[in-house]
Amino acid sequence: MAEPIIRMESVHKYYALDGVRVHALRGIDLNVMPGEFVAIMGPSGSGKSTLMNIIGCLDVPDSGGYWLSGADVTRMNVDELAGLRNRALGFVFQGFNLLARTSAVENVEVPLLYAGVGRVQRRTRARELLQRVGLGERLNHTPNQLSGGQQQRVALARALVNRPALLLADEPTGNLDSATSVEILDLLTELNQKDGVTVLMITHEPDIATRAQRKLVLRDGTLES
Amino acid sequence: MSALAALQLAVRALWRNKMRALLTALGVIIGVAAVITMVAIGAGAQKRIASQLDSMGTNNLTIRSGSSAHGGVRTGVGTTHTLMLADAEALRELPGVVAVAPNVRSSVQARFRGTNWGTSVDGVTPEFFAVRDWPLAEGELFTAREVALAAPVCVIGQTVVKELFGLTPALGETILFKSLACRVVGVLVAKGASAFGSDQDDVIYAPLTTVQRNLLGITYINGIEVQAANRAAAFSIVPEIKKLIRQRHRLRDDQEDDFRIFNRAELAQTAETSAQVFSWLLGSIASVSLLVGGIGIMNIMLVSVTERTREIGIRMALGARRNDILWQFLLEALILSGAGGVIGILAGMGGAAALAKFSEFQVSVTMWSIIMAFGSALLVGVFFGLHPARKASHLRPIEALRYE
Ligand SMILES: Nc1ncnc2c1ncn2[C@@H]1O[C@H](COP(=O)(O)OP(=O)(O)OP(=O)(O)O)[C@@H](O)[C@H]1O
Ligand SMILES: [Mg+2]
Repeated sequence: MAEPIIRMESVHKYYALDGVRVHALRGIDLNVMPGEFVAIMGPSGSGKSTLMNIIGCLDVPDSGGYWLSGADVTRMNVDELAGLRNRALGFVFQGFNLLARTSAVENVEVPLLYAGVGRVQRRTRARELLQRVGLGERLNHTPNQLSGGQQQRVALARALVNRPALLLADEPTGNLDSATSVEILDLLTELNQKDGVTVLMITHEPDIATRAQRKLVLRDGTLES
Repeated sequence: MSALAALQLAVRALWRNKMRALLTALGVIIGVAAVITMVAIGAGAQKRIASQLDSMGTNNLTIRSGSSAHGGVRTGVGTTHTLMLADAEALRELPGVVAVAPNVRSSVQARFRGTNWGTSVDGVTPEFFAVRDWPLAEGELFTAREVALAAPVCVIGQTVVKELFGLTPALGETILFKSLACRVVGVLVAKGASAFGSDQDDVIYAPLTTVQRNLLGITYINGIEVQAANRAAAFSIVPEIKKLIRQRHRLRDDQEDDFRIFNRAELAQTAETSAQVFSWLLGSIASVSLLVGGIGIMNIMLVSVTERTREIGIRMALGARRNDILWQFLLEALILSGAGGVIGILAGMGGAAALAKFSEFQVSVTMWSIIMAFGSALLVGVFFGLHPARKASHLRPIEALRYE
């Protein structure tokens, strides 16, 4: 059997806020195979974003094990985690998280910059991806000159620019109208099916979750099956 | 990330906030400009003092007849008459002595045709002009033979030329002092004011013997100028001179010296040291403003890190390592201080040039002050930029990303 891209064993996460301890994740066991499209659902405050941040190596679990493509993430230092985020992972956030006052093409170039890719190659690759998400005509627009849907496409192009194996999307359509949501979802589906990118997507809406092959439901920090 | 890409990133971030960048750099600009201008003033003063000291002869000692004590009555400097020409000749034998110039002084009313001018007539030997390093503007010096013969000739300073002769040529004319008539054989070049402010050109020099016999009717001398081989010798021969003259004057151990030794080298050293201290003082006061400029950089960089927390979070999420973030902010601080340094150097040189032109100050912009000021500016950039940059690079990705 092939190795899972994500393997988690009894992951726990606590938050301490003003002396109150929140047990956000209570023993998560999870396997995701390469090429899967997984939707994560669950009520607000159930720990979806917390889980996604740990999978994305933006945060670390307080206990438990986490292996990304077989590599033990809990033993890595901050710079190794940064390298992993740069090469192996792509992020799409609900709030887009583009750099302000920076053109679309420069936003898409950022991961390449930290990968040490040369100037000319950076520009070529960034253009290529913006064309792919249908923004070939908007290369030099800054985020405030783009619609929400267009901004999310830029974010998607940026997430894909380093050819990651795993794409993480935390409510990618949360700030978009239904027509634009469908466009973004079409892109995600295409990426998953044509390019074999593993996609993990958090969503609140059941009809959006139907796009996925597998649906996980999180409740009070534990996964329902 | 490549160094070039990091530099571009830093320049672009600063360019987005041009006005703020300029105001931040202003502190460094003013600091560097102040250091350069202040050190230029100090160095100018040092140069001026050095040239004044040179005109006095910095390796010279002056021996003057001193005071005497008779039954408890002590008289002032120059009141004894025990210093003799033979004493001067004896000093020649001391090692480290290059030249010896005995002299006598007198004050007279000098007359030429209808004009008269109160000045001093000093009796000297030709060696005196070598000791003082004082060349002639025209004519020639009187000779050793003319000194031996007590010839009625003289060499005059520029002030005397101006006061007695005006525009008529002085060379070959005869000046009268009391009953003595002296022919002008030479005119000295202008020497200007001494370090004490007296006019060194207001003087007439005649042969030592002429002044002694024909003007004053004395056999003693008033003083001896001794030129030492170098600055160190000027200090070391003082006790030897003292010993020799005491011996020659047959002074008992319980008797005071009947002469005084003034060490010009000592004076020169004091003056030079104080000029140097002055220079350093000005420089250090100016350095304080450079320091304040650095604190300004730190302040703005800290604000900038806070404002850009979210940007830092995004960059970290996309793969920026700690050092990538550190260098991004450190480079911004370095560019601010480096560019501030360059502008400050230009402003400082401009300020020094303006001072030279429109004020009494003598200024001298030195290479080392430019290097020091620019180096300090960069150091200030690193020192005050490091803390904000470290703070930025140690943010945790998830917290930076969530920052509102
Ligand atoms: N930084 C934090 N400090 C303290 N508590 C936190 C923090 N982040 C999340 N929590 C708490 O952890 C729990 C899980 O939060 P999380 O953001 O993962 O929920 P979620 O499922 O993404 O919710 P939503 O659907 O509203 O986005 C919540 O109770 C939340 O209050
Ligand atoms: Mg959430």
